[in-house]
Amino acid sequence: MNRLLRILVEPGFFTNGSVHTALVVGAGAALVSGVVGVFTVMRGQSFAGHALSDVSSAGGSLSFLLRMNPLLGFLGMAALASGGMELAGVRYARGRDLATGVVLGAGLGLAALFLYLDSTFTTTTGAAITVMFGSMFAIPASTAILASLVGLVALVAVAVLYRPLLLTSVHWELAAVRGVRVGLIALLYMLVLSLAVSLSAITVGAILSTALLIGPAGTALGVARRPGSAVLLACGIALGATWLGILLAYDSGAWTPQHPWPVSFFVVALLLLSYLAIGRSPRRVPRPANGEM
Amino acid sequence: MAVRDAPTTSALVVDRIEVVLGGRPIISNVSFLLGRGEFAGVIGANGAGKTTLLRTILGLERASQGTVQIHDATGSAGRPRVGYVPQKVLLDPSLPLRARDLVALGLDGHRLGLPLPSPARDRLVAEMLEAVDAQDFADERVGTLSGGQQQRILIAHALIRRPVLLVMDEPLASLDVHSAASVAALLAHLAKTQDVAILLSAHDMNPLVGVMDRIVYLANGHAAEGSVEEVLRGDVLSELYGHHVDVIRVHDRIVVVVAPGDPSATDHATLLSGGRETD
Repeated sequence: MNRLLRILVEPGFFTNGSVHTALVVGAGAALVSGVVGVFTVMRGQSFAGHALSDVSSAGGSLSFLLRMNPLLGFLGMAALASGGMELAGVRYARGRDLATGVVLGAGLGLAALFLYLDSTFTTTTGAAITVMFGSMFAIPASTAILASLVGLVALVAVAVLYRPLLLTSVHWELAAVRGVRVGLIALLYMLVLSLAVSLSAITVGAILSTALLIGPAGTALGVARRPGSAVLLACGIALGATWLGILLAYDSGAWTPQHPWPVSFFVVALLLLSYLAIGRSPRRVPRPANGEM
Repeated sequence: MAVRDAPTTSALVVDRIEVVLGGRPIISNVSFLLGRGEFAGVIGANGAGKTTLLRTILGLERASQGTVQIHDATGSAGRPRVGYVPQKVLLDPSLPLRARDLVALGLDGHRLGLPLPSPARDRLVAEMLEAVDAQDFADERVGTLSGGQQQRILIAHALIRRPVLLVMDEPLASLDVHSAASVAALLAHLAKTQDVAILLSAHDMNPLVGVMDRIVYLANGHAAEGSVEEVLRGDVLSELYGHHVDVIRVHDRIVVVVAPGDPSATDHATLLSGGRETD
């Protein structure tokens, strides 16, 4: 048993402080992304989710320049962009894509500037890699508390908004008829989405946070029949991929000594595998022939 | 025609309304009553003003003249509940939502907080599913259901809050002939059993002719209303159109033929041959 454990888990995994921080922050990011991602996919807003996380990279790179907690940087920029995208008030899918694309371009332009300044005026090395692709083992322990707090706020917000959010995600007009303030719900949802993407940006990086947001939710929607089970399944997949990814990355230090592989690679690879294994073909009930009720 | 002296049993009182959109009168001098338990169709070609009339009743458009009143059973103050099923709701097959979940959202989808298990709610949902004869597919994903099945679920979603009036915009438009007839019969039945006034719009009246209590026939922004026998007559519709109109009954279908020369005649030809175009 002990030998098997040693093969699966390299020594030091359970006592290493960086690993602990990675597990805690990763869990927060996974749970929030799993929950929020289900609504993102239902609402057809995957592109908005991706754009938000890309734009948040401007905040992340700015935080290195200002020597503040990167999570606050990611979060501030994502919240700003989400508010901007929603308050632009575009109601039609194509216009919304356009507004999202414009904000996305502007955000990445800022990120390019800040990352250049990072490398010129600070001694930070590898800021670009950390911001864009994440460095889970380099997350400072102090971030764990902040990340848990952000995650808690996001989960409580979704729990409070659950039913109106679900109904607007199913069909906004049905929700409006039912007396739901559709515009307000959409704005609040975008703010919660910015919490989710900033948490995953600090975990797997701004570019890859889309994978954590969309992958588990897409897999869950392929098999779940009920919103609650879709949310739980997405959380399980996200958490499983994140923790297993952390373990594999830690182990990989033994495969290529001194050069552990990036955690984000393993997380995203596991998410892709789970999607291919269970989520790819939505269970479709054949429609009855014409005339049958 | 004045409906000032409407009996208080009427769920809906539309009194000489005129609606102007973009400087153009869309409907004018339209009046009718609808009692609880009554099922009525707003019939007309595309552009006749059906959607405008429904939206005005729902309070989404303002009448420049006339009034719309909705009364609950006691005739008391407060906003009576109105159910509405919008046009062309077709849900995505990938939504992780069973048909019964959508019905439950009709009851409490506007409430904050997580839906805690509630036997009372489950019972109400089961009752509504039974009322629309949807128990057989209640646990399927709602987006995978056929158009007719989805309409039944949307009706249950709208009725579960016990509205005094249910308004549906073209619920039969995308259904095949059999499904349309079956949904129309269900609505007529529900109006009686659920004690609700049901008003729906349709460009093809044929699935409704045998089951509707009243017809509001719209043409050129004006309305003729009454029972099917009262309205679907050559002289009544000729006056409405301002042109000679024949009402022909052939193979259990009613065809309204507008005399050539009316610029809008082609519209009506497609309308009444049961054309399936949607607006």
